[in-house]
Amino acid sequence: MSVFSSPHALSDGPILDFERSTCCLEIEGLSLAYGEKPALRDLTLRVPRHRVTAFIGPSGCGKSTLLRALNRLHDLNEEVVREGSIRLEGQDIQAPEVDVAELRRRVGMVFQAPNPFPMSIYDNVAFGLRLQGGMRKRQRDDVIEWALRSAALWEEVKERLGASAWTLSGGQQQRLVIARTLAVQPEVLLLDEPASALDPISTLKIEELIRNLKSRLSLVLVTHNMQQAARVSDYTAFLQQGELVEYGPTQTLFTNPRLRRTENYITGRMT
Amino acid sequence: MSRMAGRVGRSEGPWPWLAAGSVALSLLLLLALLTLLAVRGLGHFWPAPLALVTLEDGQRLAGRAVHEESVPGGEARERLYFTGNRDLAGDIWTWVPVAEIASRAFPEELVVLERRRWGAFLGRLVALEGEAGRREGQAAWPALQARLAELEALRGERDRLREAVVTPLVRRLERGPDAAAEAELARANARIRELQADMAGDTLVLESVDGRRLTQPLEEVLRALRPNAMSPVDKLATWGREVWRFLSEGPRAANSAGGVWPAIFGTVLMVLLMSVVVTPFGVLAGIYLNEVAHQGRFTHLVRIAVRNLAGVPSIVYGVFGLGVFVYGIGGTLDEWFFAESLPSPTFGTGGLLWASLTLALLTLPVVIVATEEGLARVPDHQREGALALGATRVEMLTRVVLPMTAPAMLTGMILAVARAAGEVAPLMLVGVAKLAPQVPVDGDFPYLHLDRKFMHLGYHIYDLAFHGGDVQAAMPLVYATALLLVLVILVLNLTAIFLRHHLRARHGALPRH
Repeated sequence: MSVFSSPHALSDGPILDFERSTCCLEIEGLSLAYGEKPALRDLTLRVPRHRVTAFIGPSGCGKSTLLRALNRLHDLNEEVVREGSIRLEGQDIQAPEVDVAELRRRVGMVFQAPNPFPMSIYDNVAFGLRLQGGMRKRQRDDVIEWALRSAALWEEVKERLGASAWTLSGGQQQRLVIARTLAVQPEVLLLDEPASALDPISTLKIEELIRNLKSRLSLVLVTHNMQQAARVSDYTAFLQQGELVEYGPTQTLFTNPRLRRTENYITGRMT
Repeated sequence: MSRMAGRVGRSEGPWPWLAAGSVALSLLLLLALLTLLAVRGLGHFWPAPLALVTLEDGQRLAGRAVHEESVPGGEARERLYFTGNRDLAGDIWTWVPVAEIASRAFPEELVVLERRRWGAFLGRLVALEGEAGRREGQAAWPALQARLAELEALRGERDRLREAVVTPLVRRLERGPDAAAEAELARANARIRELQADMAGDTLVLESVDGRRLTQPLEEVLRALRPNAMSPVDKLATWGREVWRFLSEGPRAANSAGGVWPAIFGTVLMVLLMSVVVTPFGVLAGIYLNEVAHQGRFTHLVRIAVRNLAGVPSIVYGVFGLGVFVYGIGGTLDEWFFAESLPSPTFGTGGLLWASLTLALLTLPVVIVATEEGLARVPDHQREGALALGATRVEMLTRVVLPMTAPAMLTGMILAVARAAGEVAPLMLVGVAKLAPQVPVDGDFPYLHLDRKFMHLGYHIYDLAFHGGDVQAAMPLVYATALLLVLVILVLNLTAIFLRHHLRARHGALPRH
């Protein structure tokens, strides 16, 4: 276990609650719509530090939308209307004094399809560092090696850091993207179905990586794959039609769900 | 594409064959076009054999057969001979009824002289008279060759002297009196007079095949050939020299002879200037439309307008350039900065700058559309990936999106170059000239003369074909110039394609989904 004690659950209902002091992210009354089309309805949940929290639910339930709200990727879309607040370590991320670029550095994100940039492996990992600037080459080399080691990729690429990132396999590319994100030392890592485009072996490697990373940062995982959620996450939130249905420890949610809707989804029965 | 391969002809019916047939037909037509241009154009420079034709009535003529056709309304055929000798015969072409030809021979002693005045002479060399005495018969030809080589050297020295010594000195004297420069100029001019005196004095005695005599000052003879006596290797060497002259010399005799160097230079320079103007504007406009602008109804309208601009006839751009650039902006510039030379216009008349700007306007939609398409092909997850690492929008654009779009922008530039290099219509309004032997770049400050008129290969073709005195003589030059225009565009495009390939290799090609 990590340095933190197990978060204390405050409520006993279907929605698990944590003490504020143990949470990195607090979502309160979040509603979000694409134009006229609502995607999230009055969502309230807290994400604990140094844990893996999984969002599951059927396609279109709003789990990816929720994830993108956490690092304000929706800002680019002019149609998006939102209400409610999201706080990162107690600070509202929508506050005018917040620098979006800095927020996104603190809340890193890995996407469904591996998206390394069309440059060398080294330059990919150095991308975020170079944006911040102010780092000497030696220092940067060290950070890049550390990031690649953390993403369990160093041994495979150390001989060819100058090669194009697009020469890597899909699984390696996804780990490269994780390394790239880790290099800027985020506090929270958002993973949007990170293994859905990968083969089973690469998927296992990514899952192992996720488990290892939680000692360093907090992780939020969106996945379609319930076995995956069960394997890697500590807490699981089940979303349906933009609403948070149930949120609890993964063990409990999968073995003993409190609500019928959750049970139907987990067992594959259509409602 | 590759998924389609190997399935042709199994069950789709005639469609694959029709499609493949159209491709084959287009390729064949293209090949036929290039072959025609190459054969007709390059063949012109080949030293063709000279025939000595004797007709039934005893008349004789020497000439190069050009082509043959049947007489309208009859079985008889007529052959056209290029006979030259404008000063003797009045015309350089002779139609000969094929049936009336009694005999044809190819005597080795027939010569072709290329002269500064009166065009070519075809006939026999009788004697060379000069300070060294009179050479006749067999001795005349080698003496002529030697003397022509000497003249060539003298002419070269004179031209070099004029260009490298006289012109700079005159320019220096224009700025103010300078005793040293004046003395030097006097020395150079004396040397030039000396050279010219050396060149004069020789005379050729010539005789046409029908027996008329002619004395020809040797000074005016540029080259002499005996094509019937030449070996294939000699002919090839002569052909190469002639092609080189065509490429490297300026035009003579109202564009009907000589080379096209100023036109090549003008075309390439104008296209380069146009690219320099159009690329940044088009790329920035494309970025704005695709990345910055609010994607609403107005942006959509702007986009449609841009695409429609690409279809506006080019002459309309010419009219616009004339009204806005030449008369509007050029006229105002003249009033502000060149008032001392008014009423003769400096920028208020057609010139290199206005022509380049007009063509830049003409090709702007092409670059915008290509840039936009390139930007649209950059997957959104690349953009999000950059943003998620804490990049601002500008950083995302400059570091990830634009490098990936560079090949598309170059494609736009290639299309723009291809379109601009072939345009003639707008140029006629904004600055192309029939004859501008001075290229717009020289050693004179500011080195690049944007106000000068320039020559253009496309316009040169038009001028040769419609404004020359002798269409028959101009045709081979039309073909050669057209071939050259195609080659110039090809070279410009290949350069851009090479650059694009280089960029792709560096930044990686976009995956094709």
